[in-house]
Amino acid sequence: MKICITAQGATLDSPVEERFGRAPYFIIVESENGSFDAIQNPYADGGGGVGPKAAQILIAHDVKALISGLVGGNAREVLAAAGIAMYTYRAGGSVKDALDQFTKKTLVRS
Amino acid sequence: MRLAVASGKGGTGKSMVAANLAFTLSWTEPVTLVDCDVEEPNLHLFFPATAMRTDVTVPVPVIDEAACDHCGKCEDACQYGALTVLQNRILFFSELCHSCGGCTLVCPRGAIHEQPKRIGTLAVSAPRHNLKLISGMLDTGNPHAVPVIKAAKERAATDPLVICDSAPGTSCPVVETLDGCDACILVTESTPFGLHDLQLAIDVADRLGVPAGIVINRSDGKDRKTLEFCTDHDLDVMMTIPFDREIAAIQSRGDLLCRQKPEWQKAFVALFVKCSTLAGVHR
Repeated sequence: MKICITAQGATLDSPVEERFGRAPYFIIVESENGSFDAIQNPYADGGGGVGPKAAQILIAHDVKALISGLVGGNAREVLAAAGIAMYTYRAGGSVKDALDQFTKKTLVRS
Repeated sequence: MRLAVASGKGGTGKSMVAANLAFTLSWTEPVTLVDCDVEEPNLHLFFPATAMRTDVTVPVPVIDEAACDHCGKCEDACQYGALTVLQNRILFFSELCHSCGGCTLVCPRGAIHEQPKRIGTLAVSAPRHNLKLISGMLDTGNPHAVPVIKAAKERAATDPLVICDSAPGTSCPVVETLDGCDACILVTESTPFGLHDLQLAIDVADRLGVPAGIVINRSDGKDRKTLEFCTDHDLDVMMTIPFDREIAAIQSRGDLLCRQKPEWQKAFVALFVKCSTLAGVHR
């Protein structure tokens, strides 16, 4: 299953980015084998309306779960309609740390 | 003639100047005062009167999901991200919609039609002989001030003398208010903040091709930096209002300086004559 984590950089050691719509990178991890894709967010500097567009990127990549810090109202609506589960991570650690917590089921569903 | 009253920094005294100017001029000719600060209109506080209210609406798309095949062309066309097309659903975010009509045009199935959506109201009143007040009021929570400002100005389109009280700042609502005006009064105060934002406002007026003159409010009697700036930039200081407790008291209770102290009417008439010169209108 594909899991997306919002990140400040393009690797698993990068710090998690708390914002969703304007996150610099979306790290999309395949939970079965741990492989991942780092997608640079084209809407990172967007003025407005970025939430739904960023959600569309996740939908296009068949993401089933999102780990982020703060997901705005419009993005939330699109993600919920697309059936993507949202989890909150605000511990300030790396993408790898967030993934570990997700696997251990210690993250709160938001 | 159409005059705008703007500032840059908020709270410098735009409404005070606009209200007193309109009050003074209404003794001798018909004046229309338009409250273009539609997010927080306040001129009706100085001129309480029964008003006729009408809705301001903008067109928004309505999608017939039965006719829609979720091709996504409307989402691609929308420059504001207001439409999100999912596999079997369309999500529409009305606060992002700018009513451009693009989605309606591009839909290959004709599945989109437009419906009016209310975003605010216009309140029109006649508080005094020769004075018409048009107050634009944006609905709370709605982000689109510009169409309400447009509607308010439209109501005054055929009136001979129009004074538009602008919102503070220099963004879209102010641009919309200044656009098409013959001259602009920029009200400033002698503070670093006031001067900084005055410079921004002058730049906007300049880009719009609207000649601007200055009113210094809450003057400390010296206004050194502001006066230096005006001289350097060839700007006429058309009137100076002192920092005075009594003036503030009159203003705070919603009264008019020109009514309580009629000697001030001369100053406002003189201001108007200077504005006419600025606008290139011979009076």
